[in-house]
Amino acid sequence: MMDKLIIGGIELKSRLFIGTGKFPSKKVIPDVIKSSKTQVITMALRRVDLSSKEENILEYIPKDCILLPNTSGARNAEEAVRIARLAKALGCGNWIKIEVISDNKYLLPDNYETIKATEILAKEGFIVLPYMSPDLIAAKRLVEAGAAAVMPLGAPIGTNRGLKTKELIQIMIDEIDLPIIVDAGIGKPSDAAEAMEMGAAAVLVNTAIATAGDPVKMAEAFGLAVEAGRLAYISKLGPEKKFAEASSPLTGFLNEGEK
Amino acid sequence: MSFYSEYLKYKNFQFNKFLENITSSDIFRIINKDKIDEYDFLTLLSNEAEKYLEEMAQKAHQLTVQNFGKTILLYTPLYLSNFCVNRCSYCGFNIENKIKRKKLTFEEIEEEAKAISSTGLRHVLILTGESRKETPVSYIVDAVKILKKYFDSISIEIYPLKEDEYREVIKAGVDGLTIYQEVYDEDIYDKVHIAGPKKNYRFRLNAPERACKARMRNISIGALLGLNDWRKEAFLTGLHAKYLQDKYSDVEISVSLPRIRPHIGVYEDIYPVSDKNLVQIMLALRLFLPRIGITISTRENQKLRDNLIPLGVTKTSAGVSTEVGGHSSKTKSDSQFEISDKRSVIEMKKAILSRGYQPVFKDWMQIDY
Ligand code: SF4
Repeated sequence: MMDKLIIGGIELKSRLFIGTGKFPSKKVIPDVIKSSKTQVITMALRRVDLSSKEENILEYIPKDCILLPNTSGARNAEEAVRIARLAKALGCGNWIKIEVISDNKYLLPDNYETIKATEILAKEGFIVLPYMSPDLIAAKRLVEAGAAAVMPLGAPIGTNRGLKTKELIQIMIDEIDLPIIVDAGIGKPSDAAEAMEMGAAAVLVNTAIATAGDPVKMAEAFGLAVEAGRLAYISKLGPEKKFAEASSPLTGFLNEGEK
Repeated sequence: MSFYSEYLKYKNFQFNKFLENITSSDIFRIINKDKIDEYDFLTLLSNEAEKYLEEMAQKAHQLTVQNFGKTILLYTPLYLSNFCVNRCSYCGFNIENKIKRKKLTFEEIEEEAKAISSTGLRHVLILTGESRKETPVSYIVDAVKILKKYFDSISIEIYPLKEDEYREVIKAGVDGLTIYQEVYDEDIYDKVHIAGPKKNYRFRLNAPERACKARMRNISIGALLGLNDWRKEAFLTGLHAKYLQDKYSDVEISVSLPRIRPHIGVYEDIYPVSDKNLVQIMLALRLFLPRIGITISTRENQKLRDNLIPLGVTKTSAGVSTEVGGHSSKTKSDSQFEISDKRSVIEMKKAILSRGYQPVFKDWMQIDY
């Protein structure tokens, strides 16, 4: 079966991306990565401390993973661009997740500034994955700006509320010709499976794993859920019906005379 | 419009009458709400709510983990100078007090920076008393330029500045401001600030907003608990934080809950704030403002600080000295107040880890403009 996810020319075997914030200890991160089978790890560049081996998050990420540094902390396009360049200069590769947030209450992304940053960075050769509020028109602009994938939120960051923006994400999946990666809001493996069943290319999960009672087992659960959801999607779900197909139909008597 | 007009709305509010009429069903209703308003917040500060601290704690814990994860940011204060022109009746740096005064030279600042950064800390908070003569803005700017070589985040806790002065220090590399109103009650404010420029209540009250306008990244406010009835002060602190958070949504607002500590020349007229009261304030604040930063300092003892970790704290100081030159120099000054938790950075780190939390040393970086 040929079911490939290719981003920035790289084929990804796992459709689960994992964030590294909020864990009770950085030491669990390698086990989380292993049990989830993820290949793409996002981390806030502002937490990278190159001067200290022990405090540097990069020390806890296996070398064969793809690093997806994010621009968390950026309040506008200009800051996001600077952080991205810095990430590259520090040797974090050329993948970048654009996060432009100027709302500290709900942490909602600023789509307008995100589009501007995407355009600049894509031109500079970055593989740009912008985080956004789900909006078809803004997503189209991101495509034009050169994004490698689009990452709409399912619910505000960290809320674990699931796919509150489902209808909007479905429209994006149907209309946008790039991988749609659901980022933020996914709280349970079943939410992740649901996003995958809808046709999302991948999901990014952080809070739900980091704040679970057992993050390592939860990561495994998410890994399996994402696989199950994808499998369901490509096997084409049976149609939903409003009325049950009754085993003893109410109108069966109409045909009785024909027997 | 400034926060002063919000303050005026509550200046003659009948706090006691409101607080007396609260029932347990009010508390339950509020704990179960998704979003609480300012009257709900005040309700959670009532005497009646004290019976439901555990329920509040469960919710506060859940909200904090959801928003911040199990992480605690560590920083340390660095005292640059204890020269001060004010007469604040509750402070050891008060101009009247015959204490050893000291101001660090730039070489000494560098020594202190080296000593602190060798502990692994990347966030530093610089403090001075209020003396525009001994520690003018230009001195702060030069100090920041030195500290930039050693730290990723530099905050200031100095006298209130004008908006363009905030711009100047931000340009030099400052990303955080800590400024406590000390006491929101204007009359008590006037009484405890006996003399000096700090007597100007509104200039201080509007300082955080001026910093927001100057595009400061992080702002921490608070009341010095003990100068007035804590319920009123906690309430106004929460309102102030909400005001700033709503109006300047790109600034990260934090609240600190310092209680008066013993110092040289003790202030007598204290309204007591028990550990239980402190916990109640913290929980009510977290339920009111789920994304607010909450700082707890080494004024509190080790045991209390450790127990507060799961209740809503997001930042804490470690390896603290409140003396000028206290991190490296042999010739230290007298201290601002006595610290209670004397643990080193390594000990603090271990304590946080043992509670199942991650101590974060770096959560910020300067991107040059
Ligand atoms: S509180 Fe500040 S302004 Fe007042 S005396 Fe102490 S150092 Fe000076």
